[in-house]
Amino acid sequence: MFDYAQAAVEGALAAGAGYADARVVIATQESVDVLNQSVESMDQTETAGVGVRALIGSSWGFFATAELTDDAARHAGEMAASIAQASTQVPGPPMTLADVPVVEETFVTPHDENPLQVPLSEKIDLLLDVTRTMQAVEGVALARGNLTSWVTDKWFVSSQGSRIHQQIVECGGGYDVTALGEQETQRRSYPQSFGQFETGGFETVRKWDYAGNAQRIAEEAVALLSAPAVEEGEKQLILEGSQLGLQIHESVGHAIELDRILGWEAAFAGTSHLELPKLGSHRYGSDLMNITADATLPGALGSFGYDDEGTPAQRVDIVKDGTWVGVLSGRDSASIAGLPPGGMVRADGFNRLPMVRMTNVGLLAGDSSLDEIIAETQDGVYMSTNRSWSIDDKRLNFQFGCEIGWEVKNGKLGRMVRNPTYTGITPQFWGTLDMLAGGSEWVHWGTPNCGKGQPMQVGHTGHSAAPARFSNVRVGVKA
Amino acid sequence: MTDRKHLAEWVLERVGDRAEADVRISGGPSSLTRFANSFIHQNVGEDADTVTLRVVSGGRVASGTTTYLDSDALGRFVDETIERCAYSPVDETWPGLAEPADAQAVDHHDDATATASPADRARMVAEFVAAGEGMRAAGYCQTSDTSVVFANSNGVRRDGRYTQATLDGIHQTDTSAGSGHATSVRLGDLDGAAVGALAAQRARDSAATYDIKPGEYEVVLAPECAATIGIFLAFYGFNGKAHLEGQSFVELGEQQFDAAFALVDDVSDPRAMGVGFDTEGTPRLRTELVTDGVSRAVAHDRRTAAKAGTSSTGHAIPGSEIYGPVASAMFITGGGADPETLIADVERGLYVSTFNYCRVLDPKSMAVTGLTRNGTFMIENGQITGAVNGLRFTQSFTEALGQSRMLGLGNDARWADSEFGPGLVHAPTIRLAGWNFTGGSHG
Repeated sequence: MFDYAQAAVEGALAAGAGYADARVVIATQESVDVLNQSVESMDQTETAGVGVRALIGSSWGFFATAELTDDAARHAGEMAASIAQASTQVPGPPMTLADVPVVEETFVTPHDENPLQVPLSEKIDLLLDVTRTMQAVEGVALARGNLTSWVTDKWFVSSQGSRIHQQIVECGGGYDVTALGEQETQRRSYPQSFGQFETGGFETVRKWDYAGNAQRIAEEAVALLSAPAVEEGEKQLILEGSQLGLQIHESVGHAIELDRILGWEAAFAGTSHLELPKLGSHRYGSDLMNITADATLPGALGSFGYDDEGTPAQRVDIVKDGTWVGVLSGRDSASIAGLPPGGMVRADGFNRLPMVRMTNVGLLAGDSSLDEIIAETQDGVYMSTNRSWSIDDKRLNFQFGCEIGWEVKNGKLGRMVRNPTYTGITPQFWGTLDMLAGGSEWVHWGTPNCGKGQPMQVGHTGHSAAPARFSNVRVGVKA
Repeated sequence: MTDRKHLAEWVLERVGDRAEADVRISGGPSSLTRFANSFIHQNVGEDADTVTLRVVSGGRVASGTTTYLDSDALGRFVDETIERCAYSPVDETWPGLAEPADAQAVDHHDDATATASPADRARMVAEFVAAGEGMRAAGYCQTSDTSVVFANSNGVRRDGRYTQATLDGIHQTDTSAGSGHATSVRLGDLDGAAVGALAAQRARDSAATYDIKPGEYEVVLAPECAATIGIFLAFYGFNGKAHLEGQSFVELGEQQFDAAFALVDDVSDPRAMGVGFDTEGTPRLRTELVTDGVSRAVAHDRRTAAKAGTSSTGHAIPGSEIYGPVASAMFITGGGADPETLIADVERGLYVSTFNYCRVLDPKSMAVTGLTRNGTFMIENGQITGAVNGLRFTQSFTEALGQSRMLGLGNDARWADSEFGPGLVHAPTIRLAGWNFTGGSHG
């Protein structure tokens, strides 16, 4: 496969590119979806092809073909260069690339059980069992389950001499239950909304107790229909780990993407409230806030050996003791900003241009626990599991809805509340972080559906988080 | 170039009598030129076909998709897809494959768009950028030429093709941004200078903004906002699967909307984009979802139609076995007023250029939260008097369009961008009696 990538690079260079790299990608995705003890979908998607990018002046040209032959790969390289050449009709400043080591390496995600080798019958039985358990609870209307696995092989070649083969193994899934009321629906999910996904083999699915949580969440969904709505007001807010993971994703992860900060995503995803001159001094949150982007975390969904520019995976400090100190970057954006390249550029398949993506952007663990946080909370709400998320184009003004909440009064968990929502402004919100759990409650939550770019790309990102508490948060926003 | 018809027949022959099957092959060149900070920074193209196969053996269903087109790999793909059937329980509700039926002739194709070059797209970008002198431009110009071939074991054979061109972008000052958008079958229909000029005007007009108090305001919503409302109604409500599951707000035959509101899906309309059949090979029928404010129909694929005791409307999409069938060539019927007249009739309210990051809090109540973006303007005594900072809203879309709530429809209907992308909803400017803004840029 290296030969096809090499041919693509040579085609681009021969057509005038100053730099070129190419990836041959062969990817297999298997998914099983079950609804109410019936298989809704059992699908396998395999994609194979070569994508090559060529740099001329200020612009990347990129072309992809599914035809894996020397001629087609070389032609793809030529097309990439000609597209880059057309970009010079609307030119920008010259683009340089930050240096990275030239390597010839192989990386395989550590895993025990190749998820594609686990029999489909076992996966289907697992999902049929949990939907059966959920449906047995009176009042349940819809019980769904999903398991998805990915095995992706990439062969990367750059005109600077790197040749890297990687096999990335990912899998996960989960289930959810819906109860229907007259005017609204209530939903509960496990392990988290949209499922929990990680790098590794099927052992990452087995470690979650699918069977042991199905009845509980079904009963909670039904109970939510008659629970009181969360009261509107300013409260202490305790977030369960997976919801905090999404909070990190939306209000930190996207804001620190250097391409957004530089304006490259302004028209679609948006920009950022962060300004580069304030790197190292901007107050992002309280002293408890320590965020890293760490692509080396074993098992986390955003882990790999090398990014799609051939830069080694690394751990980068993003927020240290509440101060913004780092960004997510690639070779081009880092060069413009005068920063070292972060190795955070990835593409969604052979036919997409690599771009800055989150790796594992997580909040380092604290020394408390959920029990301790609740015990020290006088007037608050504990919210769990995301149901809706929305944030503005600068990643400042957010509103999240969770599946379930509980009042917390005088150190005790109180009654269940439905439709818990909260809203805030990013730096003010993070500035109120005042208690943070850790230990076994610190989990590498995975987000398999991060959308960015045009054409749209779906990225897989990780967000380590444990339950945490914030003060004076507006909760209970009403329609 | 791939001979897609030949390939489809080859796949069905390979399946043979081992299973019933339908196969869909789609692909063609697609290119996108992206710009930011007023220069082209990303410029991409691809040419790849995908083969999607669904097989049914002994009542057991499996599906797969591949980009491999050579006979060895494709043969393996077919065999493995059939083998996977054995793992699936018998599908008691399998509705069967599509039967032969007459299909409308739909051909939304433009040769010039199909062969548009990177230089053609760059010229469009240059026009957009030049329309905002002194400002920073960002956006994209995309052209695509999609061909689709469908065949199944019941003898259904269909093929279609369509082109699509989009120019979408913003101009930015140091304090503001304004947007413009155009989508058509033909690249030649797009006016880069005009789209850029609207974006630049909105950016200039909102360079100085102020905060307003959250609350309910009368609104005039530009076509982009109306398109997002339309696609949300279609995905969460007029979706046969959501309706059967009880998650939809739709009550067929009921006056759920203002009498002025009409929503129809019609891929045969000369202005539409797409092919004339769905992913199951069923002709995409003109479907009146809302007429005179009354919910008339939901979109069906074969499975939801069988459960509902009706026929498929031809709205199966990739993934509809999970997400349900969705209308995607929709028209919100426009009115006779130009947008300026709609604004002139407002005593105090807001004009909103685009929505951003809309998410459903609950599909049954259609409560949605989102933000305004790229130009939000105060209207006082029929005049736009200034620009306000972006606002967050939390609003039931169905309540906003409820009886006596729709105060005007513009005569400016066009293909508008939406939360789910361009080319899905043809929408006008709309004036609504109220919209619930729940927060400003400072919370």
